Amino acid sequence: MKCRVCRGPAVIDVRRHNANFCGEHFLRHCREQVARAIKGHQMLEAGDRVLVAVSGGKDSLAVWDILVELGYEADGLYLGLGIDGYSPESERFARAFAESRGLSLEVVDLPTDYGYDIRGAARSAKRVPCSACGLSKRHLFDEAAERGGYDALATGHNLDDEAAVLLGNVLRWQGEYLGRQQPVLHAGDGFPRKVKPLVRLGEREMAAYCVLRGIDYMVEECPMALGNKHIGYKEALNSIEERSPGSKHAFYFGFLDRAADLFVPGDDDRSPIRACVRCGSPAGAEVCAFCHLLERAGGHLPSNGRDVPVRLGRPISEAR
Amino acid sequence: MIVRLRNPTRTLEMDGPMAVTALLARLDIPRESVLVIREGILVPGDAMLGRDDSIEIRSVISGGAR
Ligand code: SF4
Ligand SMILES: [Zn+2]
Ligand SMILES: [Zn+2]
Repeated sequence: MKCRVCRGPAVIDVRRHNANFCGEHFLRHCREQVARAIKGHQMLEAGDRVLVAVSGGKDSLAVWDILVELGYEADGLYLGLGIDGYSPESERFARAFAESRGLSLEVVDLPTDYGYDIRGAARSAKRVPCSACGLSKRHLFDEAAERGGYDALATGHNLDDEAAVLLGNVLRWQGEYLGRQQPVLHAGDGFPRKVKPLVRLGEREMAAYCVLRGIDYMVEECPMALGNKHIGYKEALNSIEERSPGSKHAFYFGFLDRAADLFVPGDDDRSPIRACVRCGSPAGAEVCAFCHLLERAGGHLPSNGRDVPVRLGRPISEAR
Repeated sequence: MIVRLRNPTRTLEMDGPMAVTALLARLDIPRESVLVIREGILVPGDAMLGRDDSIEIRSVISGGAR
């Protein structure tokens, strides 16, 4: 196996591109794909300040690393979910990465700062854990990006994630979700711009990127992910990809090019946005969904209130 | 050779030498869903694994809902 660029010995094959790469040229390939996604979808401009949603897994650490390599000012925010056997270890990987690169990482811990954890919230709100988790993450990352004055919030969603979500949404023709499945969502109504710079890279590439860059990440999965639908969709797509490399890319980018516009919500369809009376975040009703969840889970907003800049967490310099 | 599988972590003993692709086929693991790592270094699919190698087969599929 030879590198497509230099003909030296290759360490990884990317069948979708029918290409093999040596370490150096593979890293360059990853950066180029991210730069191309950022430019092609107008995700970021030079000099933008970006907040990265960090989980301690391969994708979020890789996107953070690549954004910094590409010259963006990128800080991380880690959200501790209070899941035994998962959250403490993930936090360690996130902290270790930030420390090794001298990057700024803030840590918000649901149990400490908000008085609840994902399992408990799911039980008391009668939701599945991933739904309580998704709601918490969306709210807290959005809020932190707004409050910190960042130009955008970046997440580590990769091509496999996006193709799997698309498959799930298409199977049920969930128009509302399809309309929001864009690699960039523009800012507005109190929400930050949201970008997914890894959409042109698959998850095997992200894992390889981390190994080659010496980034230690949390390999073990969140215990709540076991057997969920999302992984089932990924497996289905992977078995198609195995026989027909490039299918995932064609599926997702074909959707963006030729079908996504059909589902974009018109201005009239937008639910009216007002400020949540409890936390001040944008809400479709008097109290936002997050504050509802908080109430049912017996949690609380951070005690220092919202007028004073809320303590985002312990800065990395005070790491335990 | 010693083969460590991840997520969940478990260890197997396999006879070597063997090509990476053959090992994955024997374990019935789709190639697109893993990386093979030997002493911190990526091992390409066509490489041979030696009798005394200690390798990791790392799953790359992650996924929670959103
Ligand atoms: S698997 Fe579900 S509960 Fe676990 S981190 Fe992902 S979304 Fe949250
Ligand atoms: Zn090369
Ligand atoms: Zn609220």
